Amino acid sequence: MTRKAYYARKIKRAAQLLFYKRHRTPGVKGWELKNKLGSDYPKILKVLDDHLEKLDLQVKTVFEGEAPAGEPTLDELNKARFYVTVRGGFPSKDTKMMGWRIDDIAGLATAISYIISKKGKAPRDEVEDLLRSKLPGWRVEMNMSRYIRSGYLGEDEHGMLYLDWRTRAEVDQKELVDLLLGTES
Amino acid sequence: MSSERIQRVIELCRSVEERGVDPFSVDVDDIIATLQKYFHEWESPEELALDAEAVQYLASVIQNQGDWVKHRSTSLYTDPFLLEEKIKRLDKEELAALFMKAWNPIIEQEQLTINSLAEAMKYWNELAPIDERWQKFGSMQVEAGATTREELVRLKILAETTFLEELETFWKELQQKVGEDEKILYWDFVGGDTYQETLNRAYMTSFLVTYGYATLELVPLEEEVFIVPFKEVRSELAEARTVSVPISVSHEEWTNWKENRQ
Repeated sequence: MTRKAYYARKIKRAAQLLFYKRHRTPGVKGWELKNKLGSDYPKILKVLDDHLEKLDLQVKTVFEGEAPAGEPTLDELNKARFYVTVRGGFPSKDTKMMGWRIDDIAGLATAISYIISKKGKAPRDEVEDLLRSKLPGWRVEMNMSRYIRSGYLGEDEHGMLYLDWRTRAEVDQKELVDLLLGTES
Repeated sequence: MSSERIQRVIELCRSVEERGVDPFSVDVDDIIATLQKYFHEWESPEELALDAEAVQYLASVIQNQGDWVKHRSTSLYTDPFLLEEKIKRLDKEELAALFMKAWNPIIEQEQLTINSLAEAMKYWNELAPIDERWQKFGSMQVEAGATTREELVRLKILAETTFLEELETFWKELQQKVGEDEKILYWDFVGGDTYQETLNRAYMTSFLVTYGYATLELVPLEEEVFIVPFKEVRSELAEARTVSVPISVSHEEWTNWKENRQ
């Protein structure tokens, strides 16, 4: 098999692994990719990412804990989770097609940015109070459950909310904070 | 009074950890001075434990302060009040529009494959009808009445002898078998005519050792384990920090022991 054919086959396999949901939550762990694609899987993902760029999609890596400052080691990559996500955000008129109401997205934006500002953890009642300033009370509880169920937020045994796996995979936290702070008030 | 003060310190430190209270709202120097002031008054183990707990929580507050400083130095740090103010001033549409720029949803696809369909068909065909799986049992009305201990033993609700009685009988058997020698080889005591009996005896022996009825003597060079029964129960051993000694009682070892015995 030529080198080109080898990579073409591996890239197809990587796309299948990343696009099709295989577990309860989407995404694939690095060690799973290593088992299926071989130890040069980071190189294969890089080529796949280049292909996906044309479709405004990307291969997103979410590390266990904080992202490494420099180039990640193979061990860090093996423990990380990989997803395919949209690359450049959506125009807001498309939100209805995704099953989200404008209220839901505004509430999610509020909850996530507030938790970021509180060092990644905030009491649920504080977040709910903030949401009540924008949404009717009955929606707050419902939306909060939806955010938790979808994996955007998690709640610990002390009623503290934190950013869960989906936020870490889908939301550019720094970009969100910068955008909020950049608004004129 | 002083222990109440320490309790309040613990509560304050705990609120930092559990409720996300600003760790710098805790005056660490003042708390250390308070703990030092009361330390010489503590006498009972409970009071000392309380003091240790306060120090432990205080350490976690200091760690939180360190994390807080680290977070402030990162690019993600934002003054929560400023951000809250911004959020309050923006309307829903503006908030959603901003979020959409930083939001890159996961692309995922759920699908059925021929293999999973075939597996599902196989499962469905082998699945017994619901009537068979959920058998309906007619309820039977019985009059309440009295029962006896013997009846409960017969129904295996109560054991004939309590576990402790059984353990003491086993201990006496160990003492008799040891006789003047003071100790006996583990396998010579545990080994029985059947493998099942051997397992039961090994199980009971582990409780004899754990509860302070006997101890184990290990001879590493000869790879031998002896059981040494005590004349009286040493209950303090049951509470002391002990070391677990794993001893394999496999079928192969039992067979070897039986052959050697013959």
